[in-house]
Amino acid sequence: MNEVVLECKNLTKAFNTHSNGSGIRNFFVRKKKMFALKNISFSVRKGEIFGIIGPNGSGKSTLVRIIVNLLIPDSGYCMVKGMDVQKNEIEVRRLMNRVSVEASFFKKLSVMENLLYIGRLYNMKSDETRKRVEEIMKKLVFPVTYLEESVENLSRGMQQKVAVARAFMTQPELLLLDEPTTGLDPVSKRHVQEFIVYVRKRFETTILLCSHDMAEVEKICDRVAIIMKGEFVKVDTPERLKILVRGVENPTMEDVFIQLTGREWEKEVN
Amino acid sequence: MDIASEVRASYAFVARNFNLVKRYLSWEVVFIVFTLVNVLTIGFIGVATGDKRMVLYLVIGALVWRFLSVIFHEVSESIQWERWEGTIEYTFMAPIRRTMMLFGTVIYAVLYGTINTGITLIVALLFFDLTLSGANILTGLLVLIISSFSFIGLGILAAILPLMSTERGSQAAHIIQAIVLLVSGVYYPISVLPEWIRPLSVLSPATYTLRMMRDALLNGRSIGEMWFDILILGIVGFALIPLAIFFFNLAERHAKKLGKLKRSG
Ligand SMILES: Nc1ncnc2c1ncn2[C@@H]1O[C@H](COP(=O)(O)OP(=O)(O)OP(=O)(O)O)[C@@H](O)[C@H]1O
Ligand SMILES: [Mg+2]
Repeated sequence: MNEVVLECKNLTKAFNTHSNGSGIRNFFVRKKKMFALKNISFSVRKGEIFGIIGPNGSGKSTLVRIIVNLLIPDSGYCMVKGMDVQKNEIEVRRLMNRVSVEASFFKKLSVMENLLYIGRLYNMKSDETRKRVEEIMKKLVFPVTYLEESVENLSRGMQQKVAVARAFMTQPELLLLDEPTTGLDPVSKRHVQEFIVYVRKRFETTILLCSHDMAEVEKICDRVAIIMKGEFVKVDTPERLKILVRGVENPTMEDVFIQLTGREWEKEVN
Repeated sequence: MDIASEVRASYAFVARNFNLVKRYLSWEVVFIVFTLVNVLTIGFIGVATGDKRMVLYLVIGALVWRFLSVIFHEVSESIQWERWEGTIEYTFMAPIRRTMMLFGTVIYAVLYGTINTGITLIVALLFFDLTLSGANILTGLLVLIISSFSFIGLGILAAILPLMSTERGSQAAHIIQAIVLLVSGVYYPISVLPEWIRPLSVLSPATYTLRMMRDALLNGRSIGEMWFDILILGIVGFALIPLAIFFFNLAERHAKKLGKLKRSG
């Protein structure tokens, strides 16, 4: 068995919610806690693609943010290759990268200027950045002529591909993909999915993939966690998860999603 | 990463910011015209008094203020800018220490401030008959360099504010800048200020910068005569920077606990 690359243990995170109003009046009102993650533990091995599916607001992005240390959990910890993401932050940061739903670039700068900037932060030489970006963009079928275009002139889907390039070009050992294909057309989506699989095979990259695309998860993930209100309700291979589905012939991951997240919901109502 | 590669990585901020200047060039032109007109207007007020020393007095104030406030503004605004663009999470995820990130930002701010003030100085020299015959320019330069450290420190402290709150942070930084302008004797001696404002003058490092700059350039005082004041200003600057970085790190931790870095998704 491969070594464990990502280990999360007993992660809990709550946010303060302002249920009504804000400012001075709320200052004296005791703020309500809303749990985004409750005692989550799991580990991912080298070269594994670990999927996370769950309803909107169930805590997927919160989990990703904790792993990349943009968010500090209330309790629990995350280790990457045996290093604590908070205590060894610089070393660990070099090992990971992330793609998120929102592309987040300097809008007026060109695609290449944006990528050169990030490349420098990861101590990559300009030539190296250019070379890797061109290789990646070829695989994603992104026209190289657009590399000199300012980001604001790109469509959302194209920006998403640039975001994919930004994460992959640093050759991370651990990739955190938070809805990397949301907003892409079916063909582009396939290009990105094929690229993810290629990178895993070529570099043995460990990948965490949050997605709302059930077919995607079924196709490329080795194991899938189903998250509900900040808790993992089930973690297993797509095949074994499908066996759990009742009353449906030839169940899909969509059936898995509906039944496993629906059951919790029913409990709530009763 | 070793120090050499960290310094190289911090160049990312210099390159990025100059690229941004290039892309927002028309705004850059607007700002420089604005600055020039501002300095010229103040210079002409001096000319109207018929006192040649007054022109120099006012132009020194305008230029020194220009330089220090640009540094303060560029450093404090760097975080704000990234919040607006939504890039802050990606910058903060990169394997570069906060100190080096701020170092890169500061290098850019000083370069930009020097270019900006240099252009303004050249134009001022064209318009006004500024005789610097009795001036001690070397002392003036030293005072300016030493003073920039305090303003870098203040800029980093002000950069903390947008870390805590996107909008209010930037507003607060502008207010701080305005108050420093009022109390530091940029265009008048602080003795004209009401008694109750003067304690603020004492706290502002710009007060000392301006007094010493004028001593050097108007009265020709030498480094030897002012070494104690220069030393104090230096100590304040050198103490302020690590202190500001310390508070910046605290604020970053606080923001990460409350989930304030995220914009959406
Ligand atoms: N920075 C924050 N401040 C306050 N509340 C937050 C913050 N981030 C997340 N939350 C809350 O935590 C919960 C989980 O949000 P999260 O973004 O992790 O969900 P998600 O599973 O990624 O949802 P989606 O599928 O819509 O992307 C939500 O109720 C959200 O409102
Ligand atoms: Mg999300």
